[in-house]
Amino acid sequence: MRIKSLGYNIRECFKNLWRNRMMSVASISSVAATLLILGIIFVLIVNISAMTQVAKDQFDTIQVYLEDDLAISDIEDIGTEIFKLQGVKDVIFETKEEALEKMKLDWDQNGYLLDGLESNPLPNSYIVILDDINYSDYIVMSIQDTEGIEEVKYYKEVIENIITMTEAIRKVGLFIMVVLIAISTFIISNTIKIAVHARRKEINIMKYVGATNWFIRGPFLLEGIVLGLIGAGIATTLIYIGYKYSYNAIMDQFYMFISAYLIRTQVIIKDVGFLFGIIGSGIGALGSIASLRKHLRV
Amino acid sequence: MIKMLNVSKRYDNGVVAVSNMNLHIKKGDFIFLVGPSGAGKSTFIKMLLKEESATTGRVIVDDLDITKLHRRRVPELRRKIGVVFQDFRLLPNKTVYENIAFAMEITEAKPRDIRKHVPMVLSIVGLADKQKMYPDQLSGGEQQRVSIARAIINNPPILIADEPTGNLDPETSKEIMKLLLQINKRGTTVLMATHDKEIVDLMKQRVIAVEKGRVVRDEVGGRYGYAD
Repeated sequence: MRIKSLGYNIRECFKNLWRNRMMSVASISSVAATLLILGIIFVLIVNISAMTQVAKDQFDTIQVYLEDDLAISDIEDIGTEIFKLQGVKDVIFETKEEALEKMKLDWDQNGYLLDGLESNPLPNSYIVILDDINYSDYIVMSIQDTEGIEEVKYYKEVIENIITMTEAIRKVGLFIMVVLIAISTFIISNTIKIAVHARRKEINIMKYVGATNWFIRGPFLLEGIVLGLIGAGIATTLIYIGYKYSYNAIMDQFYMFISAYLIRTQVIIKDVGFLFGIIGSGIGALGSIASLRKHLRV
Repeated sequence: MIKMLNVSKRYDNGVVAVSNMNLHIKKGDFIFLVGPSGAGKSTFIKMLLKEESATTGRVIVDDLDITKLHRRRVPELRRKIGVVFQDFRLLPNKTVYENIAFAMEITEAKPRDIRKHVPMVLSIVGLADKQKMYPDQLSGGEQQRVSIARAIINNPPILIADEPTGNLDPETSKEIMKLLLQINKRGTTVLMATHDKEIVDLMKQRVIAVEKGRVVRDEVGGRYGYAD
């Protein structure tokens, strides 16, 4: 398609969109409907991912309890050893006194019960903060048998559950998205096929007058893309309104801590708009090329 | 201008539409292609337009050997040939002017040239005052004139007319023939397939008769030669 014919294509595109406005409306609604469902799934996946990320961050520490009768130099040695390991972000030393204080705070009103203890039964410990939760197994393995360490504790099961759950949600979501895109491409190509069929005479004449295939495709391609983009625009608007409403509703009615993990409307709508634009125009272009194939063989 | 050397066409279903055809059409010729239905006239035209390819032999159009022409170069061939159909094939949702301009837009002509050439061609076919009308507001003869205007707008060296008078009454047919002859006088090679005995006998041009896929008669100033 040369620049010279661009004006022709744009003119033809909008003329035809208007002339076949019933078809145009049908195509746009079908793209919008598909993208809407896609968008809802996308929004859910993104939010669940964000929430599990937050949950993972809360469990990404390993507690290393030390034996009671260690010399200060030994304690320091163990600390530096742990810090050298791959995946360790930070190592914090917690004395047995601090641990007891923490416990008192946790027990809150019943904390006074701990005052009656003759000696502090809690050990000194290191709190190991990880770069990534996936390092936890490796780190635990590496330090478990070190001399002077009594016990290593971490939230293995919780962590593993979170990881498998996130993966499962992602996979199912992706699968549904792929299926939906395939279905909507099919719907669009059928819709455009009707538009192409309505104009098969025109295409036939174009072929006889010596138009190149790309020249004939041009307006249809543009038409498909325009339809896809309008559909994407509508879907984005609907998602924006729906998300904003849900977001505010959750903010108002639920605990702050849930809504704090939700992704803000402005952030998500940028991604949704971008994604919809690409998928919408892609579906439109693919659909129009597919539906023209038969008619270009004259 | 058009050369056919030992051309045969056998369709996939086994029907032999053209067998061993040899033809030479010179630049500026006016030719009637006659013969009964199913004689191979349509296949002959389709081969010239590369809608169908010859099974064997060679087809040469305006020094271009189209026997093995790549699909991509077919538009190049079709711009050398203007085509007029029995059923006019005008776009009903475009005006007369737009229908003709359309053929120029396809060749990516400059808008300025389009604005200049379309009225010129419209006056050649005698429809200068009807350019804003839609095809269904025109008579059959006028519609065929529009289709002829569209066929010649890009100045092709060859004009193929497939039964251009098939849907028209005798008076209108004569008018159309006058127009085709006038176009031929300007140097365009005209090839017209027809069943119209009266017109062929009246015009006294070169007549090529085809039967069962073979040229059975080729005479200058010939007659239609069939009972009807």
